Amino acid sequence: MRSMLKGLIAVAMACTASSAWSATLDNVKKNGVLTCGTNSATAGFSLPDNEGKWTGFVVDYCRAVAAAVLGDAQKVKFIPLTPKDRFTALQSGEIDILAHNATWTSSRDMSLGILFAGTYFYDGQGFMVRKADNITSAKGLDGASICVTQGTTTELNLADYFRSQSLKYSTVGFADEEAVVKAFEEGRCDVLSADTSTLNASRLRMAKPDDSIVLPELISKEPLGPAVRQGDDQWFNVAKWTLYVMVAAEEFGVTSKNVDAMKSSDNPNIRRLLGVEGSIGKDIGLGDNWPVEVIKQVGNYGEVFDRNVGKDSPLKMERGLNALWNKGGIQYAPPIR
Amino acid sequence: MTDQSLRPPIVNLALMPAMAPPADVRPSPLTWIKRNLFSTPFSGALTICFVLLAVWLLHQVLSFAILNAVWSGGREACRANPEGACWPFIAQKFDYLRYGAYPISERWRVDLTQAIGAILIAWLLWTKAPRRKLAAMLFFVFYPVAAFVLLRGVALLHLPVIDTMLWGGLLITLLMSIVGIVFSLPIGILLALGRRSDLPIVKAVCLTFIEVVRGVPFITVLFMANFMMPLFVPDYLTPDRLLRPLIAIALFSSAYMAEVVRAGLQAIPKGQYEAAKALGISYFDMMRLIVLPQALTIVIPSIVSTFIGLFKDTTLVAIVGIADFLKAVETARVDPSWAGPTISSTGYLFAGLVYWGFCFGMSRYSQSMERQLARGHKS
Repeated sequence: MRSMLKGLIAVAMACTASSAWSATLDNVKKNGVLTCGTNSATAGFSLPDNEGKWTGFVVDYCRAVAAAVLGDAQKVKFIPLTPKDRFTALQSGEIDILAHNATWTSSRDMSLGILFAGTYFYDGQGFMVRKADNITSAKGLDGASICVTQGTTTELNLADYFRSQSLKYSTVGFADEEAVVKAFEEGRCDVLSADTSTLNASRLRMAKPDDSIVLPELISKEPLGPAVRQGDDQWFNVAKWTLYVMVAAEEFGVTSKNVDAMKSSDNPNIRRLLGVEGSIGKDIGLGDNWPVEVIKQVGNYGEVFDRNVGKDSPLKMERGLNALWNKGGIQYAPPIR
Repeated sequence: MTDQSLRPPIVNLALMPAMAPPADVRPSPLTWIKRNLFSTPFSGALTICFVLLAVWLLHQVLSFAILNAVWSGGREACRANPEGACWPFIAQKFDYLRYGAYPISERWRVDLTQAIGAILIAWLLWTKAPRRKLAAMLFFVFYPVAAFVLLRGVALLHLPVIDTMLWGGLLITLLMSIVGIVFSLPIGILLALGRRSDLPIVKAVCLTFIEVVRGVPFITVLFMANFMMPLFVPDYLTPDRLLRPLIAIALFSSAYMAEVVRAGLQAIPKGQYEAAKALGISYFDMMRLIVLPQALTIVIPSIVSTFIGLFKDTTLVAIVGIADFLKAVETARVDPSWAGPTISSTGYLFAGLVYWGFCFGMSRYSQSMERQLARGHKS
């Protein structure tokens, strides 16, 4: 029965493939709006503000793609998706691009009919401890009791890490993140473990956030990135290079404020990035001005990071792995030439 | 008799002293308490325990919600007081909880739609109101069109079209439940009649529909409607993202309603049907004038139960990415600029109060309807 259903879906996909799939870029241009699937509510990443306007890190990525393709960062229709239905929505053609807190893994790339177009946020599982315990490294966690959300990869990662370090630990599991935070606050465990992107948001919710610190180690790789449907290379390039343009802009010091002035810069890298020289627009099927629109309307990678999750936001996350490659992180854009 | 024989034969000018009330009819509060709450030492102990528990619970809730609550200020004021609810948070998020992302300049359209709806519903539900047939006409024919034009917008009338992805909050919850309630009762009645019909095909179709729909969880129906349909149906035939769950909820609740109505139909004695037929009354007149009025009166409690269930089931649409009221509360509480220890509890308390208000209203109305329509079947 399952295989029959899968077969049916495959046939249905094949039938619609030619029309709806191959030319996402043309479709988006024709509709005049980009349909973007995001998280339904994740602090700092995608969240409606008091007026219902979407804000956040992955939301800004969608706006950047809209600025690149349509020249207007506001022409985005956001569809909030749960982890369960996010890939189906992309496969079915309901959304043009998936900008979710979805980890890029081999099986997702290979078997879901989708491709990840890069990594906009290097996340990973980390630890939060009480300041009073004077722990500075995960190596000092021998014998700790750890609060986790049940049924996620969090527990598996813990098992792997502690076995490889030959340390002892015990877990205290809870059904949701809210309960985990509560238990940690009440002292039912020594350590709280979760992805760093949620650890910071959890800490804010505590009665005394300053009593806890996040340890520097990450014990798992969770590269979060945008995903598109397989078989549409042009659109894949748009998704990939929108991100790279934002990273490159930060590297060359181009910001939303100085982008117009930078157009007359002598630096050939900047001139090629902003489409003054070279063919960054023609090759990808967009106007030569598209990187300028992205940077002017949304900002470079650093601006987007600081505004939503970094130092200018309530979350105050460190750049960490998400710093540029020449500043201690691993965010790196291939050369634009 | 004996009283009279004891009286003197002439008229007694003094007032008779009032007799004590018969002990059983109206006990004084004190006797009532003694008899019901402290009849044995064990029941007395139980009473004390539960009164203490109730007082403690009430005190907890009241002190969180009112006595210790923060009524003004911002995030810092709420963080400073982890003992009480943070009402400024609800105040700031109130518009988002009501309208979702509906554009601010157009929100008067939602207000107007809801005001018209409220007036028409009050007119319909108030049994002594004049011209209720007109109200019914307006509500079932004119109102859906008006609501569609106002909420979604028609460019010709200079009302910009508002994409349904922007609708949210209480607007979605009310829309879903009103559509569900308005469609499920008539469709449910038709299905129930169909299921009891003598025509084999009608019966088979109704039976299959009811059993299939009742056999599948609502979440599955929503998933199918939202994610499978676009795979099989070409783009231009795929209904709007909000319309899909609307259709799903209307069909789903009508299957349940059909079974409720059928229970009422079965409770009507066969003699009623036979008498109607013997008088030469046609099938539809018999149902309309004799059977259904009795059957529906009997099942009012179940019908309203179904409505209340439906009202709360609308929260499930959050799973397919539609921001109903509860989802809006959950979204609001994640906001890092309000993050604090009491934000979630305040949000859920508020959501609970709103849902309780609507459900309790429905339940009270149904009880008064039952009293009005009571035909002496009940003891």
